[in-house]
Amino acid sequence: FMQRGLDSQTKKQLEEEEKKIISEEHWYLDVPDLKEKESCIIEERSFLRCEDLVYGRMSFKGFNPEIEKLMIQMNSKYKEEEIEEDDKMEADVSDEEMARRYETLVGTIGKKFLRKRDQRVLKDDDEDKEDEVEEGNNTRPSKRAKKMFLKPQD
Amino acid sequence: GLLVTACGLLRHRPGGGGAFWVDSQQKRYVPVKGDHVIGIVTAKAGDVFRLDVGGSEPASLSYLAFEGATKRNRPNVQVGDLIYGQFVVANKDMEPEMVCIDSSGKSSGMGIIGQDGFLFKVSLGLIRKLLAPKCEIIQELSQLYPFELVIGMNGRIWVKAKTIQQTLIIVNILEACEYMTAEQRKQALAKLSGN
Repeated sequence: FMQRGLDSQTKKQLEEEEKKIISEEHWYLDVPDLKEKESCIIEERSFLRCEDLVYGRMSFKGFNPEIEKLMIQMNSKYKEEEIEEDDKMEADVSDEEMARRYETLVGTIGKKFLRKRDQRVLKDDDEDKEDEVEEGNNTRPSKRAKKMFLKPQD
Repeated sequence: GLLVTACGLLRHRPGGGGAFWVDSQQKRYVPVKGDHVIGIVTAKAGDVFRLDVGGSEPASLSYLAFEGATKRNRPNVQVGDLIYGQFVVANKDMEPEMVCIDSSGKSSGMGIIGQDGFLFKVSLGLIRKLLAPKCEIIQELSQLYPFELVIGMNGRIWVKAKTIQQTLIIVNILEACEYMTAEQRKQALAKLSGN
């Protein structure tokens, strides 16, 4: 059936023949396709979803303290879900400090990604020392006029 | 179309997508996925416990389905123990399966129910009444004396109080609550707290 070394063409022909055979044998309805009605009804067998049932394990007057803690936890899950979402966690760092830090942070990390030329320029701006000049005297004027092209002096 | 096969009151909840259900009275429990039930261990078969939950078939519970259980660290479950767990598989074609941990792996109150206490059976309608959000019966009982209560959706309730007498009193009240009106109940409780 699957013969090795068959040309792709003969393979295609074989497939087409198979399809024809199959489709003739397949019965299909002449009825026009009914639109699949999305059933808007979901069947639910458990009562848990219908009525807000409370958690089944309870303890009263401190008989079992663990279960009392659990009761508070479980029942508050039900009622106060919305409120919990709004409450923010108390931040360890205040907003102002965060903003300050962030300002300087952006600068320092930005420097990391500058190209080499710009980095050198920045360094010279910060320090008054001159760096090792690799390209000769021509680089000095270009340092100050950062991005302008200066013709090399003959 | 929808056909109703049970008799009872039709209830409606408008919230969410809106839900309708028939509030019918039943004593026999049918296992449903997600329900918390009390089961009695009837047999240990290798890695799996067989629990009787009051349905048509015994449920199975794997020993790994407890919090902090590993192959070496097995839970200490004996035949005749009471277990509070929830169904993970429960349809009419397959044997129901239970676990004692929830989806995040925590036990959250499920597992072996401790020693002592008293287990008894009530109808499912009463269970639903007791588990309603603001149940007067439970609120009134909680004023009496400290006790612990586990309610399973399969109709089983387990009660434990400090003395046997107190336990039995609570059991009798809960059983009778089904047929008492609110006033009768309050009278009975007033007598008790007077004693």
